Amino acid sequence: MAPSRAKLVPMARDNQIKTDVLIVGGGLIGLTQALALAGTGLRAVVVERQKPAVLTAMAHDGRVSTLSYGSAALYGQIGAWAHMADYAAPIEEIRVADNGAPLFLHFDHREVGDRPFGFTVENRFIRLALHRTLAQAEAVELIAPGELTNLERSQTGVRGVLADGRTITAALAVGAEGRHSPLREGAGIRSLSWQYDQTAIVTTVSHEGGHGGIASELFLAAGPFALLPMRGNRSALIWTERSRDVPALLALDEAAFNAQIMDRAGDHWGRIECDAPRWSYPLGLQNAERYIDTRLALIGDAAHGMHPVAGQGLNLGIRDVAALAEVLIDSARLGLDLGGGEPLRRYQQWRRFDALTMLMMTDGLVRLFSNDITPVRLARVLGLGLVNRIGPAKRFFERHAAAMTGDLPKLIRGEAL
Amino acid sequence: MGQAASIDPTEIDRFERMAAQWWDADGPMAPLHRLNPTRLQYSRMRLCHHFDLDVGDLRPLTGLRLLDVGCGGGLLAEPFARMGASVMGIDAGAENIATANAHAQALGVEVDYRTMAAEDLAASGAQFDAVVSMEVIEHTADVAGFIAALVDLTRPGGVLLLATLNRTPRSFITAILGAEYVLRWLPVGTHDWQRFRKPAELGRYLRRSGAELRHIAGMRYLPRQGEWQLSRDARVNYLAYAVRPPTRL
Repeated sequence: MAPSRAKLVPMARDNQIKTDVLIVGGGLIGLTQALALAGTGLRAVVVERQKPAVLTAMAHDGRVSTLSYGSAALYGQIGAWAHMADYAAPIEEIRVADNGAPLFLHFDHREVGDRPFGFTVENRFIRLALHRTLAQAEAVELIAPGELTNLERSQTGVRGVLADGRTITAALAVGAEGRHSPLREGAGIRSLSWQYDQTAIVTTVSHEGGHGGIASELFLAAGPFALLPMRGNRSALIWTERSRDVPALLALDEAAFNAQIMDRAGDHWGRIECDAPRWSYPLGLQNAERYIDTRLALIGDAAHGMHPVAGQGLNLGIRDVAALAEVLIDSARLGLDLGGGEPLRRYQQWRRFDALTMLMMTDGLVRLFSNDITPVRLARVLGLGLVNRIGPAKRFFERHAAAMTGDLPKLIRGEAL
Repeated sequence: MGQAASIDPTEIDRFERMAAQWWDADGPMAPLHRLNPTRLQYSRMRLCHHFDLDVGDLRPLTGLRLLDVGCGGGLLAEPFARMGASVMGIDAGAENIATANAHAQALGVEVDYRTMAAEDLAASGAQFDAVVSMEVIEHTADVAGFIAALVDLTRPGGVLLLATLNRTPRSFITAILGAEYVLRWLPVGTHDWQRFRKPAELGRYLRRSGAELRHIAGMRYLPRQGEWQLSRDARVNYLAYAVRPPTRL
């Protein structure tokens, strides 16, 4: 009997690596996918171009992610949370205010249950935690740095060739290479994209006063300005401006840059100082017309990309991971071919609705809050005030922000596969 | 993989194309692909329970000898082999067997495929721990004889897993009018409603051949998900679990 799915480390024999799932891209989403599969008895190989040390360095990615409660639950299930808990700060409240208007939206997690909406964690600490967890996962092999010079997908299997001449055979390829996914492009899957004339400035700040676990999102004329609570008296700043104004802001000296932040944030936090490099990301949304092809599943930004306004990009990707892992293990239990049409159809069916909903909500938020025409402004001020007064509507938004609604994958509900 | 060796090499291309059709989840066999997870889920559950196997294992059927009668392109045989069983698949159609062989070889799954009828294999005295025959009974001319052969092929103490269509007004509307004429899931003439068997009739054939029908489960189609689900409603598609009692000493 061919050991097509034995509980073994990926086998290397004569430079041939045989595995169940070949994950291309070892970023946050690719590694999370590998770990979600490890421990189910399935084998995975991750190929990543960069060295792990490069990816976990401060200079590579100084961004902070908001992990929804569901995403944190998944990390708990796959054993990575223990490695990042010390770096995670809970979000107890969310306050949304509109450009100095008196009405504002206030979300308190105590209204939906006795747990935070989510957590902020610096990306490099998530990466470190994933690498630490991976070191203990026997069924996963990380090839980094590694480069696939060729990847063939046919009706009968996937065969990748590494630059060093080794070959990897698998039942399924997973594209987790991010926004410019070569696997997606190679499959001829078009991606519908929107660009906004806005750019997000991303950095972290320290402040005199405490943040009280409150995430604050101010909708200013140029776009949203958000401060998310981190460990200690620090916050992550996601500051959206018209793209043409961004280079000048990035070029300001420290004192002037801090003054600009203070101007917008007000004095709730006391004195604010930027304490990290400044990064900038043009805002855009994109959605692949399909998430699947012959023996290929796209996850994370390779399938859909969104700007950081709603803080849902990574969480959306983590829900892809959880759904794909669940579809694959369910299929493996039934002896189905993991790269066959039926598991892939189920994955796409499961994920497309959620992704489209989130993309549309995020797009709506940008359009609604980046418009200073008086009636629109009035509508949104009233809208926010109204939502605030209508308990059920508010709780719905809160639950969605915390990814509690809908047909959630088991890992997101904190259940084992 | 004995059969593949005896086949004219010029034919292999054609079988590979046929394999591609059998195994294209959106191709002509799409209805069977949709049905497959549910049939496998039921089979796995029943086999694990009957033989006291570990449901948590990815290869729980390791050590079981399983026969798939009317295996077609191997849609069930391959998954059973991946679940660990040593599988023999038989089909009266030589082309089906060549197709199934081509696919299993390409995917590295080991199944012993043979072109033969159940009655002939039974006559050889072969017996298995489990005999599976799904979506086949409704295409056989002599149901009583066919089921007698399936029971003979099951060792005492072994299991039979069957799937077929019920003969009800509902199945006429859904399986004949709906699936063949309206939705065009199946070519017109795929099924003859007169050949559908009610669970009680199936139970009678089994009993006469020395097996006991133990459980029936319906299968229900969920249009929104495009998936099937186990159900109590056995008016159209249903699965049956039967055992051949152990011989008493």
